[in-house]
Amino acid sequence: MSQCLAPSLYVVLFLIAGIAAGFVLRRRERFLKTVDRLTTWFIYLFLFMLGLSVGINPEIVRNFGTLGFKAIAISAAAVIGSLIPAYFLHRLWIRKDHDEE
Amino acid sequence: MKNSLIIVAFFTAGILFGIFIPGLRFLNKTDISRYALCGLLFLIGVGIGGDRRTQRAMRSLDLRIVLVPLAVILGTLVGSFGVALFLPGLKLREVLAVGSGFGYYSLSSVIITQIRGPVLGVIGLMANIAREIMTLLTAPLLARYLGNLAPIAAGGATAMDTTLPVIIRFSGKEYAVVAVFSGIVLTLLVPVLVTLLLR
Repeated sequence: MSQCLAPSLYVVLFLIAGIAAGFVLRRRERFLKTVDRLTTWFIYLFLFMLGLSVGINPEIVRNFGTLGFKAIAISAAAVIGSLIPAYFLHRLWIRKDHDEE
Repeated sequence: MKNSLIIVAFFTAGILFGIFIPGLRFLNKTDISRYALCGLLFLIGVGIGGDRRTQRAMRSLDLRIVLVPLAVILGTLVGSFGVALFLPGLKLREVLAVGSGFGYYSLSSVIITQIRGPVLGVIGLMANIAREIMTLLTAPLLARYLGNLAPIAAGGATAMDTTLPVIIRFSGKEYAVVAVFSGIVLTLLVPVLVTLLLR
């Protein structure tokens, strides 16, 4: 399964191609709305499939609580980690704006 | 928020179908999802490229704004690194990859599942949904005590859409451009970082 994705640039190429196409077609409002709706349903389908692969895997169902705990620990750490540089950046901006006045 | 609930509903429905309808199990064996993922990335790209806010954010680009997503990337990786020490069941790069979803749970969980299977995929899904929920709930406190950039940093990739309303509400309208810019940069980096880390 991983072979397709192994060269990560390959995946990103699709994203970049999409951005270019979207930019070219940026005035086609109805087209963009259709793409948006399609993306949403695509994601619903993917998440349903992910749920399915969880449901048929008794090991995941049994350990759902542990997995959830790990998930929350990771996201809390990621958020706290992001807040620290954001705080200093904010202080820096304020001081700079103050000096310029 | 409404969107997240629908997504969780689909995910939950998938779990229940998987548990109670064994006849559906063949679905998991078909490997159409590889092409579907490339298709999904293309569609997401079209959405970003065609979005007026993207063009506006790119036009107002200046060095100070660029520092915001950089701070989020650095902080997220350092934070994930720190917590990885306390999660013995997971490899360091798996934890970093989950963190690198930056709250963009739909795409990151799909990619993680593709590369590493559903166990890490579920952790990625829950961790990144949690990031969005935490941001929505704590935005007023963050803006008040840690400055106006804090809700943007907490929101990560979601700062461009789902958490943008609370950011505007509590950090101020003048932070909308910073939020959208940071959100776009992080959104674009999700597939890059997640695949690079899990490779």
